[in-house]
Amino acid sequence: MREEISDMSEDDETGERARWAPDLSKNRSDDSDSGPGPPIGDSPPPFSDQVLENVLENVLEFLTSRRDRNAASAVCRSWYRAEAQTRRELFIGNCYAVAPHRAVERFQSIKSVVLKGKPRFADFNLVPFGWGAQFEPWVKSFGAAYQHLERICLKRMSVTDKDLTIIAESFPLFKDLTLICCEGFSTLGLAVIAERCRHLRVLDLIEDYLEDEDDEVVDWISRFPETTTSLESLVFDCVTCPFNFDALERLVARSPSLQRLRVNHHVALEQLRRLMARAPQLTHLGTGTFRSEVGFGEVDPNLDLVSAFGASRSLVCLSGFREIEPEFLPAIYPVCANLTSLNFSFANLTAEELNPVIRQCHNLQTFWVLDSVGDEGLRAVAESCRDLRELRVFPLDPTEDSDSSVSDIGLQFISEGCRKLRSILYFCQRMTNAAVVAMSKNCPDLVVFRLCIMGRHLPDRITGEPMDAGFRAIVMNCKKLTRLSVSGLLTDKAFEYIGCYGKLIRTLSVAFAGDSDGGLRYVLEGCTRLQKLEIRDSPFGDASLISGLPFYYNMRFLWMSSCNLSMRGCKEVARNKPNLVVEVIRDVVEEEEEEIEAVEKLYLYRSLAGARTDVPAFVKIL
Amino acid sequence: MEGQTQARYDAEVDNLKDTELRLGLPGSDEEPKKAPKKRGLEDSSVKVPAETGPTAKAQVVGWPPVRSYRKNSIQMVKKGGDQNNEKGGMFVKVSMDGAPYLRKVDLNMYKGYRELREGLDVMFKCFPATKDEFAVAYEDKDGDLMLVGDVPWQMFITSCKKLRIMKGNEAIGLSSSP
Repeated sequence: MREEISDMSEDDETGERARWAPDLSKNRSDDSDSGPGPPIGDSPPPFSDQVLENVLENVLEFLTSRRDRNAASAVCRSWYRAEAQTRRELFIGNCYAVAPHRAVERFQSIKSVVLKGKPRFADFNLVPFGWGAQFEPWVKSFGAAYQHLERICLKRMSVTDKDLTIIAESFPLFKDLTLICCEGFSTLGLAVIAERCRHLRVLDLIEDYLEDEDDEVVDWISRFPETTTSLESLVFDCVTCPFNFDALERLVARSPSLQRLRVNHHVALEQLRRLMARAPQLTHLGTGTFRSEVGFGEVDPNLDLVSAFGASRSLVCLSGFREIEPEFLPAIYPVCANLTSLNFSFANLTAEELNPVIRQCHNLQTFWVLDSVGDEGLRAVAESCRDLRELRVFPLDPTEDSDSSVSDIGLQFISEGCRKLRSILYFCQRMTNAAVVAMSKNCPDLVVFRLCIMGRHLPDRITGEPMDAGFRAIVMNCKKLTRLSVSGLLTDKAFEYIGCYGKLIRTLSVAFAGDSDGGLRYVLEGCTRLQKLEIRDSPFGDASLISGLPFYYNMRFLWMSSCNLSMRGCKEVARNKPNLVVEVIRDVVEEEEEEIEAVEKLYLYRSLAGARTDVPAFVKIL
Repeated sequence: MEGQTQARYDAEVDNLKDTELRLGLPGSDEEPKKAPKKRGLEDSSVKVPAETGPTAKAQVVGWPPVRSYRKNSIQMVKKGGDQNNEKGGMFVKVSMDGAPYLRKVDLNMYKGYRELREGLDVMFKCFPATKDEFAVAYEDKDGDLMLVGDVPWQMFITSCKKLRIMKGNEAIGLSSSP
C-alpha cells in the first residue's frame, strides 16, 4: 500500500493535455506517452546551438514530470535531443505500444523503468494464459543499453527466472526491483537477485503469482550476502512458500536501513516479535499472520508483543493480519495514533473487534478492510478517521450471491465522516442512489470512485430504480474525478451523464450495464480525457465501436468482452486506423477455415510497433 | 478440446497431491498452490456464456472483480464452515478421562486454539482455574499422542484424528513449556 501503487494505477499526473490528434504524416505520434518524434535524418547542429543544448540539458535535468517532458520534447529538434539525453525515468504504459529497440535508441541514459503489460481485466481471468507481455525482449534491450539502470518496476508482465538473472548480470548499480501482479518467476530467480544485486535497496513483490517448483523451493532469503545490506524495503507476502526464518532474522539484523518489511503467512506472532526487535526503525510492517503459534495460552506472548509495538515509534503503516486471532489486537494500540495506513483486508473481523482499534487511529489516511465489519464497523471508521483519504472495502465472500454485511448505510456513514475522501473502492450487495448522491456531495474531493454492487443488474434497493441517478451525481459533483467504476442496474442515461459531466475521467470500467450502442457512444464522444476504457458484458455493438474511431489514438487502450461486437466491425476499425493494434482474443482455438463472426474479446491499443510478433494461437490481430 | 484435457490433467494432479513430497507445511497448501498454472485458460474453458438479463444466476468468470491473489488468500481467512464443508466438516472424537461417553467436534468451526479450548470448555465444563490439572492431547496420523498447541493451527487440523482431554497425574508431565 505504498503511495507508488496508486500512482501505478492512476498515472497520477495533473495534465492540461487537451484532446489532440497525432500528426502522423510527419512521423510524429504519441510514443507511448513519451512525446512526438523528430523528422528523420537531421544533421548535427552548429556549435552555438550545441552550447545552447548543453545549457538546456542542465535545465531539463530538473524536469521530472513526464507530461512536461513530452511537451518539452515537442518544441523543436534541439529540445527533443536535450530532453532525450536528460530523461532518467522511462514510463511505458503499454509494453506493446512501442518496440524496445526504439525506446532504447531515443533515450540513452535511463536509470529507472516502469513498464506495464496485460490489460487490467487479466486480473479477473479474462485474458487467457500465455497472451503475452513477456519482459524478455525488454530486459535484453535494456541489458545492452542501460549500464546505469537502477530501478525496474513492472506491472502485469510475464517475468521468468532467466529475465531476473539478466537483471542481476546486466546492471551493476541495480537498486530497486518492484513486481506487481506479475507471474512466471520462482524463488530460483529471487535467489539470483538476492545473491548478485549487491546494492539492492528495494525488493517489492506485490500480488505476484510465483511458479511452483516441481522439485524444491529455493531458500532465497539465505542468499543475500552476509555483509551489511543496503535494503530499505523487503516485501514478499505473495511468496507463499516457506522460508528459513532464522535467515530472515539475521538479514533484518544486518540491514540497518530497512524501513519496510512485509512477510508472508509463515510468520507467527512469536517470530514477528523477534523481527520487530531487530528492526525498531521500521515504518511499514506487514505482519504475515497475526496468530500465536503456541496457541493454548501456556505462554502469553502479549506482553512482549505490546512492548515490541511500543518500541516501534516509527510505524506508520500496518498490514498482513492473516489468520488473525483478535485477542492479540490490543498489542498494536501503542502505534494506532501514528498510523496513516492500515490494511485489515485479510482479517476477518467483526465490528466489535474492529472498534477498539479504529477508535484510536485518528491519523489514518488509508484504510483497507473486509466487509465482515459491516455497516457498524464503517460507522466507527467514519467517526474516528476524519482524515481518511482512501478506503477500500473488500468482500469476505467474493461471490455474486454472497451476503455482504455492508450496504448503502455504511457508505452513508463514511460520506458523512470522511469528508476528505479522495479514493474509494466499495464492494457490496445493496446500494441506493441516495447514498451515492450523499457521497458525491459530502466528498467533493473524490478522484477515484469505484463501486461494485456484486449482484448483476441490481437496482436501488429501496426505490427499485436504476442506479443512474447516483452515478450522475458523482460525475456532476466530484469535479476532480479521474477514475470511475460503475455497477448495478444502469441504463444508457447513466452513460449520457458520464459523457456529459465526466470530462476529467481517464479510466472507466463498465460491467453488465447499458441498453444500446448509444451508451458507449456517449462515453466515447463526451469523455475527452479518456485513456483506458474497459467494458464487459454490456450490449454495445459495432456501431458504437465505430463511433469511437476519431478518439482511439488518444487513448491507451479499449477492452471489450462479451459485448455485441462482430468481426465486421472490428475489421473496419483496423482498416481505418493503421496505428491501432486490434486484437481479437478467443477462448478456443478454431480451425483455419471457419471464422466465428461474433467477437468475444476485443483489445485494441495505439502502437508505433505495429502488430506484435509474439502472438499466441488464440489471438488474431486484424 | 484443450479445456477438457486440462481438466483431466488437473484431476490427476489432485489425486497425486497426497503422495507428493514437498517442502510446505501440511495444511498450508490450501491457497495459491490450488490454482493451476494455466488458470486463465482453464477458467475460460468452463465459462458460462454471458447473460444479459437479471434472471440469469450462473456464475460468470471474473465476477465480482476480485483478484485471484485475494480470493486465494481469503480461503484461509474465512470462518470454518462453507468452503471446507465440501469434505463434510472435520469431525473428530473427543474423549475425556473418566467420562462415560465421547463427543465430537468439527475442527473447522474454530479459527484457532483459543476458540477450540473455549468450545471444549463449554462442552465438558471441565477446565478448572489451575491449568496444571489437565492437558489436551491429540492423536495424529501416525497414531502418536501429541500435545495440542505446538504447531500452527492449519497444520494441526489436518493432522489431528482424535482429541483427548487428560486429567490428573498424567497431565502434569505433558504440560507444555514456554
